[in-house]
Amino acid sequence: MQNLQRNMIISAVLLGMFAVSGTFFVAYTEQQTRPLIAEQIRIATLKHLNRLVPDDQHDNDLLTDVIRVTDPLLGSDDAMTVYRARKNNQPIAAMFTVVAPDGYSGKIRILLGIKYTGELSGVHIIAHKETPGLGDAIDGEKSDWNQQFIGKSLQQPHEKNWRVKKDGGEFDQLTGATISPRAVVKAVHKGLLFFKANRDKLFETKTNTP
Amino acid sequence: MNDIKNIFQQGLWTNNAALVQVLGLCPLLGVTNTIVNGLGLGIATTITLIASNVTVSFIRHWVRPEIRIPVFVLIIASIVTIIELLMQAFFYDLYRILGIFIPLIVTNCAIIARAEAFASKNTPALSLLDGLFMGLGFTAVLVTLGAMREVIGFGTLFQQAHLMFGEVAQGLTITLFDDYNGYLLAILPPGAFLGLGLLVAIKNVIDDRKASRQSIGELQLTEPTDTPAKA
Repeated sequence: MQNLQRNMIISAVLLGMFAVSGTFFVAYTEQQTRPLIAEQIRIATLKHLNRLVPDDQHDNDLLTDVIRVTDPLLGSDDAMTVYRARKNNQPIAAMFTVVAPDGYSGKIRILLGIKYTGELSGVHIIAHKETPGLGDAIDGEKSDWNQQFIGKSLQQPHEKNWRVKKDGGEFDQLTGATISPRAVVKAVHKGLLFFKANRDKLFETKTNTP
Repeated sequence: MNDIKNIFQQGLWTNNAALVQVLGLCPLLGVTNTIVNGLGLGIATTITLIASNVTVSFIRHWVRPEIRIPVFVLIIASIVTIIELLMQAFFYDLYRILGIFIPLIVTNCAIIARAEAFASKNTPALSLLDGLFMGLGFTAVLVTLGAMREVIGFGTLFQQAHLMFGEVAQGLTITLFDDYNGYLLAILPPGAFLGLGLLVAIKNVIDDRKASRQSIGELQLTEPTDTPAKA
């Protein structure tokens, strides 16, 4: 009996030690890589922003001229960063992320570039978990599906056509995948509504991030 | 020397993780709709297999049998998380493509099977080789299945290769049939099951032919004395 108890304690302690050392290695790696990962994400963000608004169209620093906004139309409870492009202090465009909560497998994060006039300068999928080979074609790296948004606005097409073709709208779906495109179209439309309702406030507000 | 040859044969053919042990079906069936996806998961799985086999082999004398499974799970989960973090820090572009596959590796029971069946009983060096060849055997099946499904499903080979190999690979995509409308079944999960079934069948046919040729050569049918151990 005593022997059994002793064995159980040894096993438990051993298991605990493995758990502690495993956690230690993961935590150590996380701590070491955190600044590197943050830098990688910053570079990737800047690359995305520059494709929405090329460098020659603005003269401010996109990564610092930002405000944080919380709005249900953005699809998230978290504050979202709004990047603002200006030239000679005139507003050119705003870029911000909207979240489509209803992707095929989880949330889809979409970076929108909207010109001051209300036209989309581009739509980039920045994070998603859609099925490889099917729904993931919403990603601009994998297909040019997202190109069809360029130049679209709340006026063009009309409100009721902000849907995929299968639902009677004018946006293409993907072969074998309707749910992911449907989610993206809906989220982009909401993003445009948000921009319309808040446009001037977005550009006037002073930078409010630390 | 014989050991090494045996590990090589077991990993690539006689005890292939995907075709014989039929392990790791979740990632195997989930992502093999193109060659590039299959290759990506194959490489990530091979690295994880090597790392977990070597770690398990090093600690094999300290782990008591009754707690070995939770310990293996802990080790594998830690390794996969660390690999994911390192990829994010140093190969961000590659991470963006393979990122979704990495957590799937944890669900690959082939890795824990190798820890249990091989690494916990052998030296680190042999375990490393076992991880390498098991991983390569798994990768070979992923790539073959990916090629089959890509050709039938999309009519292409190596599409999106630039995501993994950089811009030089932009022209690598081979379009086999112009005007091909695609065959959705091959891309969807049923296509994966059909394809894998076909590969297993082909392997069995080859093995049978080989076996019957041998027995004719010996002019005498002998019952096999031992069946290959299933892990």
